[in-house]
Amino acid sequence: MAETSRVPPIYGLLAEFETPQALVTAATKVRDAGYRRIDAFSPFPIEELADAIGFRDRRLPMFVLVGGLAGMVAGLGLEYWVSAVAYPLNIGGRPHASWPSFIPVAFETTILCAAFAAVFGMLALNGLPMPYHPVFNAPRFSAATRDRFFLVVEATDPKFDRMQTRKLFDDLHAREVTELAH
Amino acid sequence: MANDHTPSEVADAAAYRIPPVIQPGHSFGTITDKIAAIVLTKHTPVVWFVVAGIGFLMTLMLFASLTKLLFTGIAIWGNNQPVGWAFDIINFVWWIGIGHAGTLISAILLLFRQSWRTSINRFAEAMTLFAVACAALYPLVHTGRPWLAAYWLFPYPNTMNMWPQFRSPLIWDVFAVSTYGTVSLLFWYTGLIPDLATLRDRAENRVARTMYGVFALGWRGSAQHWYRYETAYLLLAGLSTPLVLSVHSVVSFDFAVGILPGWHATIFPPYFVAGAIYAGFAMVLTLAIPLRAMFSLHDFITDRHLDNMAKVMLVTGLIVVYGYAMEAFFAWYSANQFEAYMIENRMTGPYWWSYWMLIFCNGLVPQLMWVKRFRTNTAILFIVSLVVGVGMWLERFVIIVTSLHRDFLPSSWDMYYPTRWDFATFFGTIGLFITLMFLFVRVLPMISIFEMRTLLPEAKVKEEAHG
Repeated sequence: MAETSRVPPIYGLLAEFETPQALVTAATKVRDAGYRRIDAFSPFPIEELADAIGFRDRRLPMFVLVGGLAGMVAGLGLEYWVSAVAYPLNIGGRPHASWPSFIPVAFETTILCAAFAAVFGMLALNGLPMPYHPVFNAPRFSAATRDRFFLVVEATDPKFDRMQTRKLFDDLHAREVTELAH
Repeated sequence: MANDHTPSEVADAAAYRIPPVIQPGHSFGTITDKIAAIVLTKHTPVVWFVVAGIGFLMTLMLFASLTKLLFTGIAIWGNNQPVGWAFDIINFVWWIGIGHAGTLISAILLLFRQSWRTSINRFAEAMTLFAVACAALYPLVHTGRPWLAAYWLFPYPNTMNMWPQFRSPLIWDVFAVSTYGTVSLLFWYTGLIPDLATLRDRAENRVARTMYGVFALGWRGSAQHWYRYETAYLLLAGLSTPLVLSVHSVVSFDFAVGILPGWHATIFPPYFVAGAIYAGFAMVLTLAIPLRAMFSLHDFITDRHLDNMAKVMLVTGLIVVYGYAMEAFFAWYSANQFEAYMIENRMTGPYWWSYWMLIFCNGLVPQLMWVKRFRTNTAILFIVSLVVGVGMWLERFVIIVTSLHRDFLPSSWDMYYPTRWDFATFFGTIGLFITLMFLFVRVLPMISIFEMRTLLPEAKVKEEAHG
């Protein structure tokens, strides 16, 4: 411990792979080796990758459901309050709370709030916008938005060890392994 | 269908000579570089300056005519009693209709897992946004003094304590169109985030890098982000699908809820939605064919795309023709003298030319699309889509003007003639649309880069990882 404390702390180790298959295989093996604080980066969504790093989150659809219901209640409530309480108008003897003609607007507010929940919920759960992140320090990381695939093991992982983790990456035929500064 | 490019499907596609959705020989890198280069290059094609310049001049004409309108009032238009809405609602419905293909391609084809949508969805979505912007202009300015009329359109607390009438289809319109515009913007921007990150990482110009960086929100392609991103995108598609169908149904209620002969028809919602998709796909083709040539995008927008879009256009065109037939049938079968006179007046009255031009443009010309040779000939396809665009404008003209100008009482009949300001405003919005579209293709990737990467066979993990 006395020796490692002299080395500046790092965010983690970043390994580069050339194909999505190699990345998924590597992520599976790293997870099998007992690492838990891992993340992968790819230029397009890879279905198998979330499973490989053991990531699961079912909150977003719930957000959208709640958003949609809130939008529906708000829309109907607004229409009822405006038409029956605040500014009642008798048009052709129709009831003030004529719910069938309230459906189109309530439908639109439902969709609107659900869509807001989907987009802003996604951004919030992802912690975006986040202009700075340690992975951007890796010189080759800009290829993650072009054609390269990356795997990171964070230094906060209980099993993390600079030497051993690097060796694991080398065994997985990583093209290049980089230490990420904070 | 060669949607997922498994080896057997690729072989099938080859056997049946279906053109691919992406030309062979590309890798993740070449796709990225080719699409990003259109935006990041210093070189702009001369044609771009010419068309964008024309669009800009037409936009100036729009500003001039709107200024004249706001200073003088809507008397500068040809609107009268009984034709009270005329060009405003014709153009509003026409533009909204054009806006429909974008969301349809993006959302409905995504849910049906049609991979050919990928090459065209981005600029179709942009087209939707700009068309909705042009459409929304008309209900705002048709009041002549929009700053005084807002309290009838939007429910906000005002000093008069007045609130909008929620039983009115015109208020449904306000909510439908503003929701549609907002959700289309969210959908389009969400789709752009990963591509903005690509441009941020590719841009060499410092200002460009900063701008793309700001809008990319720090996207880094994390697997956890992609997971939630895909969920959000799919949910948005699922929400947009009923939305896009509802918007034009609501627009059709503006008419169908009235008791006017020619408007009061239950077929209007599906007939309007089909017409919107028809006009929208015509506009996507009108844009895709020249853009493909201008930026040499034949690798990504292949003949398969044009062929598929032509087929969608043919199908929706046939639904629209069915609508025309039903209008005539209802008029006859209802045994209602006002309905019967309405259809007779449409076909033989003073506006007979508009009805028969409509049948020619929307009914006859698109039948060329039955023939594969015409579907794959870009020149013919381009002309047919322009004709359909004109035809769909005529459809709204016929529905609105011929229904309004002679209703129940001959004492209230009158003719409607558009003025030059009507035309200046209409062509002005076309100019605004062209300008926005051309600015878009120059500064943002007009084809979704990250989705194009997923079309490559190398992007599939399953077979090799478990093989």
